[in-house]
Amino acid sequence: MSWSYALRRIGMFVAVVFLAITINFIVPRMAPGDPTAAVLEQLLSRGQQVEGAADIVANYRARFGLDDPLLLQYGRYVWNTLHFDLGYSISYFPQKVESALLQALPWTLALLLTATAVAFVLGSVLGALIAWPRSSRLVRSLAPFLMVLSAIPYYLLALILLYVFAVWTKLFPLGGAASSQSALTFSITSAIDVLHHAFLPALSIVLAGLGFWALGMRGAMINVLGEDYLALAEAKGLRPQRIFFAYAMRNALLPQITSLAIALGTVASGSVLVEVAFNYPGIGYVLYNALRSSDYFLIQGVAFFLVLTVAVAVLLLELAYPLIDPRIER
Amino acid sequence: MSAPVLDVRNLSVSYLIGKQRAQAAADISFTLSAGERLGIVGESGSGKSTLALALMRLHKPPARIDAGEAWLGGTDMMRLEGEDLRRFRWSEISLVPQGAMNSLNPVMRIRRQLADAIEAHRRDWTRAQVQARVQEMLERVGLSPKVGDLYPHELSGGMKQRVCIALAVVLEPKLIIADEPTSALDVVVQRLVIQTLKDVQEQIGAALIMIGHDMGLMAQSVDRLAVMYAGRMVDIAPVRDFFHRPLHPYSQLLISSLPSPDETKPLTDIPGMQPSLFDLPGGCSFHPRCPLAKEPCRQTEPTFLPTGPGRGTACHVVRESLDEPH
Ligand SMILES: Nc1ncnc2c1ncn2[C@@H]1O[C@H](COP(=O)(O)OP(=O)(O)OP(=O)(O)O)[C@@H](O)[C@H]1O
Ligand SMILES: [Mg+2]
Repeated sequence: MSWSYALRRIGMFVAVVFLAITINFIVPRMAPGDPTAAVLEQLLSRGQQVEGAADIVANYRARFGLDDPLLLQYGRYVWNTLHFDLGYSISYFPQKVESALLQALPWTLALLLTATAVAFVLGSVLGALIAWPRSSRLVRSLAPFLMVLSAIPYYLLALILLYVFAVWTKLFPLGGAASSQSALTFSITSAIDVLHHAFLPALSIVLAGLGFWALGMRGAMINVLGEDYLALAEAKGLRPQRIFFAYAMRNALLPQITSLAIALGTVASGSVLVEVAFNYPGIGYVLYNALRSSDYFLIQGVAFFLVLTVAVAVLLLELAYPLIDPRIER
Repeated sequence: MSAPVLDVRNLSVSYLIGKQRAQAAADISFTLSAGERLGIVGESGSGKSTLALALMRLHKPPARIDAGEAWLGGTDMMRLEGEDLRRFRWSEISLVPQGAMNSLNPVMRIRRQLADAIEAHRRDWTRAQVQARVQEMLERVGLSPKVGDLYPHELSGGMKQRVCIALAVVLEPKLIIADEPTSALDVVVQRLVIQTLKDVQEQIGAALIMIGHDMGLMAQSVDRLAVMYAGRMVDIAPVRDFFHRPLHPYSQLLISSLPSPDETKPLTDIPGMQPSLFDLPGGCSFHPRCPLAKEPCRQTEPTFLPTGPGRGTACHVVRESLDEPH
């Protein structure tokens, strides 16, 4: 990989992050008057109670220096954001936005990254096997079943799982990340408790993603199987396993990996449905609550954070891609 | 002549299209002795690739081998299955594919692709032996050993074709099938690549079947020439005889339609078109285009009969003239 390639990608990443910060800066200022006061007034007028409203307004006035020239305000805003100082949450005042995010982040990452990875691996292998002519009839006939699975709306899937495993058989808890989050320790019992809670949401993600990955892989695999180099691999008398892994699947995975980066980038945003359905205290849940209570600054914080995760995922992929596919160079 | 290394008997291959079966290779028989080079020519769609793929048992549905045997060194390849077939391939019969441009795995280094072929068949070789062999083969086809470290997209078309040739001889098979090995290359590179192929083939003493369109190139490269027409092998002859005294009317037309610079005669074309495999004319498939066609040609299909040493022709007219008392 050349340096200029890496530098270009990093430059792109920086540009995207700056764009996100700038939009976050501009949008509230387009509203007439004082952005903080406007938001708070709106909340108050809807009869919502906002504790420490005066404090928030005072804090923001000081923070933004709303009487300073716009460019100075902008510089300060960028500086603060880059230091991950995202301001105060309105509904959880005096909690800061970044601390709300950091509290939720480990849950989201652990649940969604693991579940997405499992769905990706299972789905890709399954899809490859479905397309592989030597697979058993049973495996090869799974495609329509997976199509149906991927067509089930996520919330319906979650409801079915909750009904069957939590309400009906009571094998798994209805929601939450642990029996008591404050009582969690580094012990086996705590770990089992967390896994027990994570199982249903994880299963829902795997089931929801399985069809997508399997069908994508099946398509890519069918393309690769028609390539001349696969016929030659067979002519060479290679073992079928070798052809399957090193020639067919290896090549069919390349487009899948692009989709994976996008999926990983949207992990945080995709978590909304999961975490709301299963009452799981992650980023998605924070966003949901922030939206419900019009916690403008928290929404902005989450939005910035989401852009950041997508940008990081894409950057990592682009830096890694030349290593996976030698044809992508420069 | 020594016992043939390849003996193909009555091989028939068809494609199932809709509910119809199209015979893309019909009742094909020929033999090949060790080290011999056979060229196969014929119009596009005459079944050359179909025959080549069937010989390697690489045909995919809708193709089906309907009948026939193909003996290579005491084994009937048409009866091999599973692990036996896998081991037989490449160690006994190898292929220089039609599309060398796309026949190498784009994300695997050349060295690995060659080593893969060796390791699949020579399990007892050490890694050093395998690497030494890869190195040697690359050099034999005129490539620098450094090419081993490259990916296919970093090679020119001619280099890729050389890699494919190195690949084809790496296990020293008894038979190499080259399906239009140079169709995508310019004329100069074409000749160099064919020369390389001939050199390595001679070195390992393999028989070679070379498929192509270029009669001129063929004339210089092969020992015998076979002509296919609409799925039938209609003519086969040693190359000298073929050009000096072609027997089959189609072969005669093929030769007379070759452009030649020192004659001012206009380019003769073969009138008409090769028939569709679904709609073969009765009798000899060539009779609608044949200037010599007689009554029997419209009635019955001519059988393929020997017409001399290493020669054979499927034609009523030729047959009659040979039967006539001199
Ligand atoms: N996959 C397929 N399905 C159906 N018919 C096929 C298929 N492949 C080839 N055919 C038919 O079989 C016949 C012979 O094709 P083949 O590829 O063997 O010709 P060829 O002599 O190699 O031609 P070319 O010189 O163009 O390579 C043609 O009529 C073609 O239409
Ligand atoms: Mg062909």
